[in-house]
Amino acid sequence: MLVDHAAARQNQQKHTLVALVENKPGVLNRVASLFRRRNFNIDSLAVGTTDDPQISRMTIVVDASKTNAALVERNLYKLVNVIDVQDITNVPTVVREMALIKVRVANTQKRSEIKQIADMFQSKVVDVDKDSLMIEVTGEEDKVNSILEVLDDYGVMEVVRTGRIAMVRGAARSTQERENVIVSSNGHAH
Amino acid sequence: MMLTGAQIIWESLIQQDARLVFGYPGGAILPTYDALYDYQDRIRHVLVRHEENAALAADAYARATGKVGVCMATSGPGATNLVTGLANAMMDSSPIVAITGQVASHLVGTDAFQETDVTGVTLPVTKHNYLVMDINELPQVMAEAFFVAKSGRPGPVLVDICKDVQQKSIEYTPITNVQMRGYRAVKPMHKQDMSSLLQAAANLIDHARRPVILAGQGIKHAEAHGELCEFINKTGIPVTTTLLGIGVLSEDHPLNLRMMGMHGEAFVNTAIANADLLIALGMRFDDRVTGNLSQYAKNAKVIHVDIDAAEINKNVPADVPIVGNVKDVLQALIEMVANSSHKDWMKTINEWREDTKARDVLNQELPDDMLLAPHVIRAIWEATGGECTIATDVGQHQMWETQYFQHTRRNQLLTSGGLGTMGFALPAAIGAKFGRPEDEVWAIAGDGGFQMSIPELATVIQEKLNVKIAIVNNHYLGMVRQWQDLIHNKRYSQTYMWTPDFVKLAEAYGILGLRATNRTDMIHIIDQARAHDGPVLCEFMVEPEMNVFPMVMPGSALSEMARRQPAALGTGMDAVK
Repeated sequence: MLVDHAAARQNQQKHTLVALVENKPGVLNRVASLFRRRNFNIDSLAVGTTDDPQISRMTIVVDASKTNAALVERNLYKLVNVIDVQDITNVPTVVREMALIKVRVANTQKRSEIKQIADMFQSKVVDVDKDSLMIEVTGEEDKVNSILEVLDDYGVMEVVRTGRIAMVRGAARSTQERENVIVSSNGHAH
Repeated sequence: MMLTGAQIIWESLIQQDARLVFGYPGGAILPTYDALYDYQDRIRHVLVRHEENAALAADAYARATGKVGVCMATSGPGATNLVTGLANAMMDSSPIVAITGQVASHLVGTDAFQETDVTGVTLPVTKHNYLVMDINELPQVMAEAFFVAKSGRPGPVLVDICKDVQQKSIEYTPITNVQMRGYRAVKPMHKQDMSSLLQAAANLIDHARRPVILAGQGIKHAEAHGELCEFINKTGIPVTTTLLGIGVLSEDHPLNLRMMGMHGEAFVNTAIANADLLIALGMRFDDRVTGNLSQYAKNAKVIHVDIDAAEINKNVPADVPIVGNVKDVLQALIEMVANSSHKDWMKTINEWREDTKARDVLNQELPDDMLLAPHVIRAIWEATGGECTIATDVGQHQMWETQYFQHTRRNQLLTSGGLGTMGFALPAAIGAKFGRPEDEVWAIAGDGGFQMSIPELATVIQEKLNVKIAIVNNHYLGMVRQWQDLIHNKRYSQTYMWTPDFVKLAEAYGILGLRATNRTDMIHIIDQARAHDGPVLCEFMVEPEMNVFPMVMPGSALSEMARRQPAALGTGMDAVK
């Protein structure tokens, strides 16, 4: 199983949440603290900037066999710096993860075998050394898992994975910023 | 108008009508206290003796008034001392704003003198917190802090302000509109979803034969006391309250079964266990009210109304989950449900209720020198006619208070529920007295909890507060000893407690001290305390080894209660059937 077409139907237990958060100091700390405090089990958390410099986007993968994803969503929503949260597990999405894999190269023959494997996974060799190769692979988690499994025979020296990022297909946005809440000084929202 | 950061803090408080601050000065908050010198005509500052008590007093003030309570402390140890009070407010959804000084912004992160990462430390025990390193943000942050603390599900907000921010000046214009990009007080529900859920709820209510309302503090926050009363008068559905829900419905209302849970009366928990519908209003199914979850109200459908979406399906799955303000929801439901009476159901509940009296220690013939904590609670209730505000500590006396004081006034009991903070009673009575100056205020504490807040006796005197203090002294950490008695084979590990002469202690502070060792004296000193124009400390020497019953043992189903046998005083499991 080198190319995994079943990835779209991957483990139903994994829920993907997308959160838009204010790009302020300490916001990642608030999210991480929430997970610890509520004993939420998180598989991965990827954070990066967006087209709006004041907003960061988090992609959070929840293991729903251990943690109620709806509670994660609602608790995230409660954080004052979280602008929106959506569970996009059940909508069509493009899901990606990137990994860098350093593989031991025992001899010239192994080197070409590894290069072939990388090609089969449509991944790239990004660093070459006399004793190692570094491969950059992008795809759904299953693809990354598969190449790791195959390369394991050669001796994987080091791996780094980004965690899942995801975006809803088509023109729909994954999240929508809520209307700004206007608060008057007497405390009434309107 | 050019103002310093320190002045902006006070101006913001005045603008929010928060003119009372419980606090304690120190290095990093010095500029703000310096500015206070010129605001003393507009701001009342109460100097506490420990910052924890500033937070607890602010919390109680908020509970007593419905307004936001404010406390203030310096950086480092001042701020970390607030943590217990913040956690208390967080667990019990009390709106408080805590203002702390922080080291100057150029020193942040250098382990400067009295520097602590206060926003980091308090992150899990606040609804939100801010570190202000730029004076231009200060007016906005102050306005946001009050709004976040008060709106939606209330909670504590901490604002940590660097010393140089307090010292710098800017042109100040009061904030009248706050824009918050991320914050919504309530997670909005689609109108359509809401109306179909309300319809589903009304259907369940109309068809239930054994419904019970579980009323929590959310009703108090929503000021839905009247709606709750109207709703039950129309439907005839009995109500039981959580600990913090005490005071949302008068306990002399015939449909008020009173408190549920670990130390609720047996018939109340039996009613819940046999219910076919639970209507949970502004409560969160704490483990102390559910007992073993897997056996909780097995045959009941659940309607759960809460303003906090994250409470829905957290502990008990809801058949009808409604996220919203309980006042709005009740108003809608009152229009939708049919008139009903549930006479048969109440008859059944009253049959379960019948043996309660026979098991009540207060119905036993006891010698006069047998003084029990329940006697004290009942005597305070009788002497005051229930017309007072009570602040309790945590433990046995707290549970007896719920059993032996009939709460007929709205929100009259102030107690630490979720966190169970020992030492709450005295600072809470101080906060309550400021909030309700005309009210008779009683602090009821055990000898253990009271020893955690003794320093605040000085605050009582300095602020000339007429609070009455009742110490129920059994020389034990009573509730812990009870668990050791019932669960740990009477191995009383570190629960015996020597106590000082509280009467002499009171006198050292200039407070009238009184002591009773029997029931005749008990009544006498309560009368004396009430007649005295000023603070009084009453020490009641009570039976040392008495247990609170009924009790749902940890891990047991709510319906399986350890109960006191008729005519048993309640020492150990031998008193239990």
